[in-house]
Amino acid sequence: MARIELSEIAHSYVPRPGEESEYALKKINNVWEDGAACALLGPSGCGKTTLLNIVSGLLTPSRGRVLFDGRDVTTLRAEKRNIAQVFQFPVLYDTMSVYDNLAFPLRNRGINETRVRDRVLEIAEVLELTSFIGKRAAGLAADAKQKISLGRGLVRSDVAAILFDEPLTVIDPQLKWHLRRKLKEIHEKLKLTFIYVTHDQMEALTFADQVAVMYEGEIVQVGSPQDLFENPEHRFVGYFIGSPGMNFLECTIDGKVAHVDGADIRLDEKTAAKGLEAGGKLELGIRPMYLEVHGKPGENRVEAGVRMVEDLGSYKIVTLRLAGRTLKASLSDDQPVPEKRAWLHFPPKWTRLFADGWRIK
Amino acid sequence: MSLRLESIGKKVGRETHIDAVSLEFEAGSRNVLLGRTLSGKTSLLRLMAGLDRPTCGRVMVNGQDVTGKSVRKRSIAMVYQQFINYPSLSVFDNIASPLKIAKIPKLEIYKRVRTTAEMLHLEGFLDRIPSELSGGQQQRVAIARALVKETDLLLLDEPLVNLDYKLREELRAELQDIFEARQAIVVYTTTEPTEALMLGGNVVVIDEGRVLQTGATPEVYHHPATTKVAEVFSDPPINFLTGRVYGGVARVGRNIEVPLHNHMKSLTEGNYTFGVRSNHLFVSRGSQQDIEIPATVELAEINGSETFIHANHGDIQLVVQEKGVRSVRIGVELTIYVSPSCFFVYDEEGALVASPSREATEAASDRRRHGPHRAE
Repeated sequence: MARIELSEIAHSYVPRPGEESEYALKKINNVWEDGAACALLGPSGCGKTTLLNIVSGLLTPSRGRVLFDGRDVTTLRAEKRNIAQVFQFPVLYDTMSVYDNLAFPLRNRGINETRVRDRVLEIAEVLELTSFIGKRAAGLAADAKQKISLGRGLVRSDVAAILFDEPLTVIDPQLKWHLRRKLKEIHEKLKLTFIYVTHDQMEALTFADQVAVMYEGEIVQVGSPQDLFENPEHRFVGYFIGSPGMNFLECTIDGKVAHVDGADIRLDEKTAAKGLEAGGKLELGIRPMYLEVHGKPGENRVEAGVRMVEDLGSYKIVTLRLAGRTLKASLSDDQPVPEKRAWLHFPPKWTRLFADGWRIK
Repeated sequence: MSLRLESIGKKVGRETHIDAVSLEFEAGSRNVLLGRTLSGKTSLLRLMAGLDRPTCGRVMVNGQDVTGKSVRKRSIAMVYQQFINYPSLSVFDNIASPLKIAKIPKLEIYKRVRTTAEMLHLEGFLDRIPSELSGGQQQRVAIARALVKETDLLLLDEPLVNLDYKLREELRAELQDIFEARQAIVVYTTTEPTEALMLGGNVVVIDEGRVLQTGATPEVYHHPATTKVAEVFSDPPINFLTGRVYGGVARVGRNIEVPLHNHMKSLTEGNYTFGVRSNHLFVSRGSQQDIEIPATVELAEINGSETFIHANHGDIQLVVQEKGVRSVRIGVELTIYVSPSCFFVYDEEGALVASPSREATEAASDRRRHGPHRAE
């Protein structure tokens, strides 16, 4: 187990990179504490797999250092780093039994059979694989195979960290709940450093205590799920986290009021004052769940058109038009949705302001 | 056009992939096939398309039997999970390919490819080859190819599953608008309840090669006819408590007494399964009618705006979906509150005998906004 530190990491796949755009990773400084459950969240092409390969040693970065417990491992080969990796698709030997699959990484390291047995049985128990431990992997269901894959990652007790690369992508929604629960239990029990890479916000946020959001080769924010949801540092975090993502409206500021084309939206004084100072391209941001939708005009409400209502069973998503922009609001399923016209209230407490993409604090 | 499947079946060796499925689709309808992996969704699409021949039953188009007719002679387009494109052809030629096969005049091809490409935001990439595009763009090309020829039947087999979460959200919204503007019968498969609800239209719930329930999507969601449908159509998983009705009350789980009001009034004595979705379980009392379920916390997951509390009542695993961020310690005892008016009641065969009224479930959700523990 280890504390993993990335110091000034940059990487380019181009031999002599010049411009910043030639870097897949721009400048990464990050620490994953020993025993933490962390996630790396971002869209395809943001550099998260590159970063993962740098941590595991499959790739040497163009610049910067990787430290395990303070020891520089930047140029250390992958097999010397003691990192276990679990991939998107089950990686196992179809013709071997579940037991032999789990035992494989240990036997490979010449560990004696008694210890192999103890550890394999322990991991099989945690993953609920015991009842078919003698069966061949080939005939098992997809989730059982992925559990074996997880088990192969978890079975070694000497690993510095376990890296999970989209491990639940191929799993059915209902089974995901079960496997996520297993992973969390295992983390509680074994206290290993878990680094979970995914594009799925739900998986990242529910799995990790600390989530790093990546965008175009940079980590734009590291925080708790609540932090990322309520206080996105960058508009990308607002957009990427939450479903639907945060609403953004370009605006200008005048006193305590944000002008969005024809509509005036009241801000809290502090935010408005900072917005005036900041300059640059100003945007107002609000989460769909915090946007209030009323059927009548009232104080600090702006009129909008109702375009579409989607009933998602336990809540509704309403698409609105305000001053030529599209906004989304999420309403609980009992809340009446006004027909055609609605009056929106932007609670100042939940209305954020961004200048050139970064949140004004 | 209209499409009718008359008790079609498909056997491969001794295995039954599709078992006596009868369905009817109207022109312009949007249909979601909802089911787990290997439930038979893809097999059924292939039978509809004519890519596979059913072992029994008939496929009728506008009243005509087309069962043996080749896929080439039918008006069908299909989009697959994997991004399937011609790797050496440009995006333009990829999209144009079905029109070229149909010998459409060049100018017309040019116009239609442009329009379709614009609809899918590909107009800037027409000269590129697929491998120069991102995954999301490659799938857009495959979708464009399926849309460019205005077919009567448009089949999409989990088209968004290999895309990023956010891309999925955007493309799904666009697809809805595109479907809206077409007269084709659209059939779309998914494993995800939320995706089915977003697409709306009609849903066909399928499991082990059989159709379990069909109907308007929200209608099926609010009245799942069997415990299996409730499972397939709930995310987080639906919570089940077994129980027994006798002496004018129900006893569920570990002997929790539930009075028989409202939709449960006419339950006769016997054994039942009581199902309740996670968004109707709470960790604080909402009304006098709530029953209490003692449980031990196993895990709390926070997704930023909600907390999913996994807790065990005896050996029954429950998931509570609460709004807001709540810190709950693992291992503590906790009381889960639920209004009996939110229970789906299933008999011993798993068939629905009573489902909650919409007013009752809405009233329960109402607590999330106005309840005493509103998280803010």
